[in-house]
Amino acid sequence: MLENYFPILLFIIVGLAVGIAPIVLGKVVAPSRPDAEKNSPYECGFEAFEDARMKFDVRYYLVAILFILFDLEIAFLFPWAVVLQEIGLFGFIAMLVFLGILVVGFVYEWMKGALEWE
Amino acid sequence: MIAFMQNLLGPAWPVVWTLVKIIAIVAPIMGAVAYLTLAERKVIGFMQVRMGPNRVGYFGLLQPIADGLKLLMKEIIIPSAANKTLFLLGPVLAIAPALAAWAVVPFDVDMILADIDAGLLYILAMTSVAVYGVIIAGWASNSKYAFLGSLRSAAQIVSYEIAMGFALVGVLMCAGSLNLGKIVVAQAGGFWQWYWLPLFPLFIVYFISAVAETNRAPFDVAEGESEIVAGFHVEYSGMAFAVFFLAEYANMILVCMLAAIMFLGGWQPLLDVAPFNMIPGFLWLIIKVALLLFFFLWFRATFPRYRYDQIMRLGWKVFIPITLVWIIVVGGLMQTPLAYLFH
Repeated sequence: MLENYFPILLFIIVGLAVGIAPIVLGKVVAPSRPDAEKNSPYECGFEAFEDARMKFDVRYYLVAILFILFDLEIAFLFPWAVVLQEIGLFGFIAMLVFLGILVVGFVYEWMKGALEWE
Repeated sequence: MIAFMQNLLGPAWPVVWTLVKIIAIVAPIMGAVAYLTLAERKVIGFMQVRMGPNRVGYFGLLQPIADGLKLLMKEIIIPSAANKTLFLLGPVLAIAPALAAWAVVPFDVDMILADIDAGLLYILAMTSVAVYGVIIAGWASNSKYAFLGSLRSAAQIVSYEIAMGFALVGVLMCAGSLNLGKIVVAQAGGFWQWYWLPLFPLFIVYFISAVAETNRAPFDVAEGESEIVAGFHVEYSGMAFAVFFLAEYANMILVCMLAAIMFLGGWQPLLDVAPFNMIPGFLWLIIKVALLLFFFLWFRATFPRYRYDQIMRLGWKVFIPITLVWIIVVGGLMQTPLAYLFH
């Protein structure tokens, strides 16, 4: 059982290596002549005039929160979907109740304007 | 030969053999990535009635190699304001999951590296990690354009991940398994048995979400060159940039592969009769993936860029309701005598 996952572990390591190797190679092969101008943050030729870590729109944060809720929802739906053919009508109705509650929340956030980006 | 190596390496043999298999998967992917960039320039070129690259090698066939060598010789600039470690970690975190997800992809009957039952769950976990690469790159660059680009990109990726997840729930309901191999087997028969037909709305939602997930045109506001130059990778140069570039194309191939497995019957032939089922399964899979990739390129040549509020509206207000409704419709129909349509 667990040995089926061993190739996956190796594959992740290989994936990381494929990411790291070109950067190391580039560092070794390519020239490196840094200067203050070259290393300053890109701002269309101007001097950067404040820190880039500024305040940002709260809606990005809101999207992240809503994403967690819905992704959790999907995590609940996955096992249900796999066994739906065995649990039949009872399982389907149980999930309808669950989805109904979710839809109420979804409609609420829609009406409250959480999904507006204009 | 194999027996000899087995004796020579002893207990280390399974590790070496697995590594050989992994390289046999990764090397063609990297080749496909390289030539997808050429195919993109050629296809878009011909769609705009020009030739595309044709100077380096016959038909421009050496162009990706020339591009790679050029990027290799370019300096990797690390901005003085950047967080150095995170800055270099960003591209690695972008490409590693895009490759690691291939561990559970079935290429043909019994042609799979790790035949695990939680295959789809693993792929979803891996593709979710990719968003960290974007966020880390945008944050660590400490540049306004990179920061804005990564915020946009991250919000867009997570929004469309929900629609994608819901679309996959429909596939699971029909297939009754998270194992990708079993999902393909469940679609055996002709092309009308593949899930694109009973789950047609979910297939469309999945494919459009896949375009948005990979930040491709027309959903490429994250790197919209006309407003925020290149988005989250504006500060990257040389090979550090190349790794982001590879990751983007590797992700494109991955999502097309998933769409082919979930909705287009994976390695199953178009018709299960004589001339069609003599073509090996993995060739069918490659044909399907290539067709879907062509759509990606076609979209880029055809559609103007979406506005950001339109992107978010499409993801949240159109796709999520559609998928929810279709899941309930499929679930309901499966309780009726029509259930055979979905098996």
